[in-house]
Amino acid sequence: MSRLLEVNDLKVSFRTYGGEIQAVRGVSFYIDEGETLAIVGESGCGKSVTAQAVMGMVPVPHGKVKNGQILFGDRDITKLSKKKLQQIRGSEIGMIFQDPMTSLNPTMKIGTQIREGILKHQKLSKNEAKEKALELLRLVGISDVEKRYSQYPHEFSGGMRQRVVIAIALACDPKLIIADEPTTALDVTIQAQILDLLKDIQKKRNSSIILITHDLGVVAEVADRVAVMYAGVVVESGTVDEIFENPKHPYTLGLLKSVPNLDSPDKERLIPIDGSPPDLFAPPTGCPFAARCPFAMEVCVMHMPDKETFSDHHYAKCWLNDNRAIKVEEMITAGSEQLV
Amino acid sequence: MYIVKRLFTMIVTLWIIATLTFMMMHFIPGDPFASDAKMLPEEILENMRAKYNLDKPLAEQYFLYLKDLAQLDLGPSIQSKTRDVNTLIAEGFGPSALLGIQSLLMAIILGIGLGVVAALNHNRVLDYLSMFIAIIGISIPSFILAPLLIKYFGVEWGIFPVASWGTWQHTIMPSFALALGPLAIIARFVRTSMLEVYNQNYIKTAEAKGLSTFSVVVNHGIRNALIPVISFIGPLFAAVITGTFVIEKIFAIPGIGKYFVDSIFNRDYPVILGTTIFYSTILIITLFIIDLAYRFVDPRIKITSRGE
Repeated sequence: MSRLLEVNDLKVSFRTYGGEIQAVRGVSFYIDEGETLAIVGESGCGKSVTAQAVMGMVPVPHGKVKNGQILFGDRDITKLSKKKLQQIRGSEIGMIFQDPMTSLNPTMKIGTQIREGILKHQKLSKNEAKEKALELLRLVGISDVEKRYSQYPHEFSGGMRQRVVIAIALACDPKLIIADEPTTALDVTIQAQILDLLKDIQKKRNSSIILITHDLGVVAEVADRVAVMYAGVVVESGTVDEIFENPKHPYTLGLLKSVPNLDSPDKERLIPIDGSPPDLFAPPTGCPFAARCPFAMEVCVMHMPDKETFSDHHYAKCWLNDNRAIKVEEMITAGSEQLV
Repeated sequence: MYIVKRLFTMIVTLWIIATLTFMMMHFIPGDPFASDAKMLPEEILENMRAKYNLDKPLAEQYFLYLKDLAQLDLGPSIQSKTRDVNTLIAEGFGPSALLGIQSLLMAIILGIGLGVVAALNHNRVLDYLSMFIAIIGISIPSFILAPLLIKYFGVEWGIFPVASWGTWQHTIMPSFALALGPLAIIARFVRTSMLEVYNQNYIKTAEAKGLSTFSVVVNHGIRNALIPVISFIGPLFAAVITGTFVIEKIFAIPGIGKYFVDSIFNRDYPVILGTTIFYSTILIITLFIIDLAYRFVDPRIKITSRGE
């Protein structure tokens, strides 16, 4: 598999009246062709901003990419002109947004909204573009496409709209699809359908997907690899199996613990992670999770931990993995009540 | 079905307006011949009152007027001996409407342009500049602006004719004087609306398709931003095409604007009623057209009668 996208030490900040918010503080990850990478984390951890940066859509004039590279093929997205970015958006990278109820233009026919991108990027006549749009609607599982083509968004249900949003993202066969919480706004039953659809499309087209979510259930179902983000940094990354079975960062562990388990004896309580994420106006110098971490040591507050690698894909940034620290596993087996 | 119902309510509305105007008009003390009363013998005054049915009881006058109105006859003008109200309106409406439409177009085009430029440059120099112009437009009354225009563009620089009516050049200054206020209001409206639209997710979707900035602004931004503005343009249209007293007076334009004011001073009852009904008719029809137009601008709105 060849490398499709590589993000190196990305930093994005926003100017606000209260000062500068450092939303993304040195994020690195990569994605290969045909692969699904899930970026997980709680609200405000910088996952959506990372996605915006990859699209070259960090909102100006307040937002700014301060540092880092986003290598897409041989191009660095952070350095491209507006025109070049517009050529990549929609044609090489497609984006699926979170809220299907507001992501479609209410005064424009569905067909026109799909066709628009095709006409912009491909040398097709209006009729050929229409044919392609109809084909896309069929692909995303919409029936009676001829009629649906000239309907408006308000005539579609939420799930159907999300299918249209997906069709728009797929319009020009992009190599990379960024799905920013594609199922968050949907019913659970519809969620499963949409995820199946995404997996199906990926198989048919061998496209790569960056899936941004806070739902670990979704991650387990579709992702190949996971990057766990916290307070603007990737704290742990690895394959789905590595992350779910052998988490190396207490935050990842906390996330996994806070997911309900169907096999557990009844009346077991969910274990939340106490506290709240740090203030990104003045991010801590040490590990951002230290304040909430049950295993926090003095060094955690003072220094940001280095990257500790466990396998080809698996790494974590936590002092516990340093040779000098005692092991997380030992603490858990020692019956750490602190976790509860 | 909707349209039939709507037409019916329009006629009822007009009837109510005519009735209220008729009543209010007769509440004003004095009558059309009050100024002549000192000079003319009582017999002549009585003859004149009889000629215009003013000697009859009010109720009878009212029904006589409605009868004429039903035949679209607005009656004779008491002041003008040679022309009846229908002719007055027919003659004056041309210049007023031309002026009105021209200034409305100016206000809409420039207003939308200014509003969009301001919104796209939110909190930057062009935004402040546009809104500065808009504030000036809202604050300067037309009776200040018009003499200023005449002084500089008419007298000192001699670019446009000073006043009166004739060629197209004559229309430019009064149109602009009339347009500036509405232009400023539209600009502020469009700016607010556009800023709101630009926060919507579908703008992000459009950008993510890789569309050009122009295409995003025009196809996805402006069209949605204009929906709330349309409801403002309706009443504005009725107001400007029926002429304005001030502008027509200053530029000596033979429009109908002056009748709205003069007729009340002169107690010229048929003209008061005639101009009011004419204005109301235009306003009601405009609002009706705006309601129909909404359907084309915003597909979410369906035109149906209540309960359908």
